[in-house]
Amino acid sequence: MSEKKEYKCVVWDLDNTLWDGVLMESSSVQLKQGIREIIETLDSRGILQSIASKNDYDLAMSKLKEFGLDEYFLYPEIHWNAKSYSLAEIQKNINIGIDTILFIDDQPFELEEVQNVHESVHCINADQYLTLLSHPSLNPRFITVDSARRRKLYQADYQRKLAESEYQGPSEAFLATLSMKFTIYPAQEEDLKRAEELTVRTNQLNATGRTFSYEELDELRQSPHHRLLVCQLEDKYGDYGKIGLALIHTQETHWKLEMLLMSCRVVSRGVGTVLLSYILQEARKQNTSLLADFRETGRNRMMYVSYRFAGFREKSSDGQGNYVLEHDLDNIQDFPPYIEVQLPNVEGGYYELSK
Amino acid sequence: MNYQNEIRNFIHQNMLISEDDIDFSDDDNYFKLGFVNSLFGMKLVNFVEQKFGIEVENEDMDLKNFSTVNSLLALIHKKINV
Repeated sequence: MSEKKEYKCVVWDLDNTLWDGVLMESSSVQLKQGIREIIETLDSRGILQSIASKNDYDLAMSKLKEFGLDEYFLYPEIHWNAKSYSLAEIQKNINIGIDTILFIDDQPFELEEVQNVHESVHCINADQYLTLLSHPSLNPRFITVDSARRRKLYQADYQRKLAESEYQGPSEAFLATLSMKFTIYPAQEEDLKRAEELTVRTNQLNATGRTFSYEELDELRQSPHHRLLVCQLEDKYGDYGKIGLALIHTQETHWKLEMLLMSCRVVSRGVGTVLLSYILQEARKQNTSLLADFRETGRNRMMYVSYRFAGFREKSSDGQGNYVLEHDLDNIQDFPPYIEVQLPNVEGGYYELSK
Repeated sequence: MNYQNEIRNFIHQNMLISEDDIDFSDDDNYFKLGFVNSLFGMKLVNFVEQKFGIEVENEDMDLKNFSTVNSLLALIHKKINV
């Protein structure tokens, strides 16, 4: 099926791999030639990196910090346990397939131990490290904005989970501490790769389950009878990236919401309903009625519930799981107080859907 | 099982309601007290189905069946007695 497998994560050993020498024996170890550039380049390609090293945790982390490299590694495993265990932990924490991990170490014993337990991890000897950047599986075909900051998305998520589990008190108060900013804007060409990806990967909060190609989206984006909207979310821990999409067919007699989807990563933040509220408000301003397509996919009942609880009712159904819903535009929910909603200026003017 | 208490407990635990609004009556529309997001809606439907062993059909999924404790009680009784 795939002619080329892409690795999502490189796991590094430290002693005699990342640097020359053994840290426990000499605190003045030096980075290997070119290693910094390799780490930075992999990072900019959206390839995640971690560490599996038998070392003293505090000592190793402070050395990495001294080199200015500590922030590049997610969930580092630095202790005296088996490296096969470390690889398993990293795989679990980052939540990627074990066969998308590349492990690099200078000791044949460690490489074999890992390979023995995890058959599908790709293991290479540290003496090959200069070939890493030209490895075809470490050269993704597309590098989008979201991939270039992938590591930061993971780090921000980690901070958020930590804060949420430590917070005592009502969840609305916790949400208020996040300083969320939700931005809605018309899709630009550079949004389309991610938009296509969203139509393919979103299941629960997806009104129709229909996928759209880059070309279709590009056409819709420029159609005078459609509005294609993209949403972005950020909070004090960082950016979630582009997380939602809506397609409105603007017709003489009514508007029809032909696609509405929102990434599962943000489902507990209430942002799906914010987008819906915005579209309802715009429809009311325009004094037009609003319909919405819904198709049962077996996985998107949450979207049906969202529509109904936002005030949509069934207008028609074909008995095959396809519905047209309608909203009477009374009783539109306000934006929640804990999210700042931004509707950016477009071409010098305030962006209104009806324009 | 006291249905009313079960419902009230669920709403207290799952809805984003400020401390001031926590004393809503059984006829108050709690959908208007706080922000109803998709997750809350889905949890509420799942809660009703699992707790009371009923199936919420599409035609039941109306705001007026879900927005007050008393209307939800009425829906549950109607479904159980069918």
